Amino acid sequence: MGKVIYVLPDGGERAVEAREGESLMQVAVQAGIDAIEGECGGEMSCATCHVWIGDECATKLKRASQDELDLLEADDLFTDESRLGCQIKYSSELDGIIARIPG
Amino acid sequence: MSHYDVVVVGAGHAGTQLVFALTAGGFTGSIALIGDEVATPYERPPLTKGYLADETLSEDLAFRSESWWAGSNVERHLGTRVVAVDAEAHTVTTEDGGAIGYGTLVWSAGGEARRLPVPGADLDGVHVVRKLSDAERVKQRLGTIKNAVVIGGGYIGLETAASLRKLGVNVTVVEALERLLQRVTGEDVAAYIKARHEREGVDILLGTGVSELIGDAGHVTGVRLSSGRELPADLVVVGIGLVPNVSQLADAGAEVGNGVLVDKLCRTSLPDVYAIGDCASFESDWVPGDRLRLESVQNANDQAKTVANAILGDPKPYDALPWFWSHQYDDRLQTAGVLTGYDAPVLRGDPASGKFSVVYLRGNTVAAVDAINNVKDYAQAKALIGRTVLPGDPRLADPSVPLKSFVAEAQPA
Repeated sequence: MGKVIYVLPDGGERAVEAREGESLMQVAVQAGIDAIEGECGGEMSCATCHVWIGDECATKLKRASQDELDLLEADDLFTDESRLGCQIKYSSELDGIIARIPG
Repeated sequence: MSHYDVVVVGAGHAGTQLVFALTAGGFTGSIALIGDEVATPYERPPLTKGYLADETLSEDLAFRSESWWAGSNVERHLGTRVVAVDAEAHTVTTEDGGAIGYGTLVWSAGGEARRLPVPGADLDGVHVVRKLSDAERVKQRLGTIKNAVVIGGGYIGLETAASLRKLGVNVTVVEALERLLQRVTGEDVAAYIKARHEREGVDILLGTGVSELIGDAGHVTGVRLSSGRELPADLVVVGIGLVPNVSQLADAGAEVGNGVLVDKLCRTSLPDVYAIGDCASFESDWVPGDRLRLESVQNANDQAKTVANAILGDPKPYDALPWFWSHQYDDRLQTAGVLTGYDAPVLRGDPASGKFSVVYLRGNTVAAVDAINNVKDYAQAKALIGRTVLPGDPRLADPSVPLKSFVAEAQPA
């Protein structure tokens, strides 16, 4: 167990407990963070789990796949910090990771 | 009699997302979410995919944690079936005879998997996969299953076939029409999917009817085809469509057709009664002249938002672009738009490569795009649907020309 910190579009923060193997999308949806919809359930079809992960945390992550980038690039809020929450699986080395929700 | 400002009948994707959209929008009134299943509201799409194939756990299917529900102002009435609606009195009646009053009623009751109308359809070992309890029953049998017959070559049947095949079961898919996925895709994609299943060892029988399910001691042992041939089967999964749950609303006087008829705000013909999701028949800007009834997550979710906005006092017509996905083996199929009434498919890329897409034109208007293992075309297609492209533009068939380049040139239809 550890925590993921979501920075909401209005600037507020929520620290949510995460289990090993859960995606950052699942963690947020389960906790009722409305700004992350996770509409397609992790099938890379909607981009409603779009988050920005800053450099200090991004270095701990596996790089985004081409499919993930292709979906993100079609989003108006795409930046070089963009990731899909559904593609990032929580593990203990990510404890305290900060995911900013665009908006 | 209990009374709620909003009563939601049906706790599937549409009803649950409506509740989420209301609470997210700051709704402070009372809400009842009534569902006939006992399980806490959960996602259906993984049932035929990861859940059946043992890659997704049941606890990962729930939309939200129990602590979220406990802290919300939503009262869940699970395992509760609504049998009647009184539109004048603004009440619904549950199976046990109790009445629940509503200010606004949202009907999101989805539908029941269509049963096979042949002898033997009620034998043990004959299943549908619509609900979690259906999928659980199939899973419980899996250890002992050797031969499965899947009846119906739509998404549900094919996803089930792929999941069973992954688990080492011998699978035959029987489809009455001359090709797979007849309702939802074109010939190139159907041919690709058929070849993929056959490569995985699934037998696909097209243009084949079923005349009887054969049993021994109450359990299914085989499927007799209309040709007279008999297939051995210790498991039969029927995926031949959905019958919308609308009889209670029809009895209450609502206009129904293929589903409950709703307007652009998802209002039925009854006062203060909305309908959303798989059971709602709506007029769509995306398919001129036709009503649509879509069985999809996108439609459930976006209609839920439409109704939540209306209840919250900010009504906006439902005009979201339809999109769909399926997952079979490691093939990802994604569709933007609705194919209905297309006249010209344009193939982009070589299906033999395992990555391609098809642009479906209605006149010069882009009606839909199917993308197979091609997230890029799918993502870029979303902005292109409903726009017109130059007649016969050869670049559309060139996979190296990105679809987004046509968006800049295209005209709104």
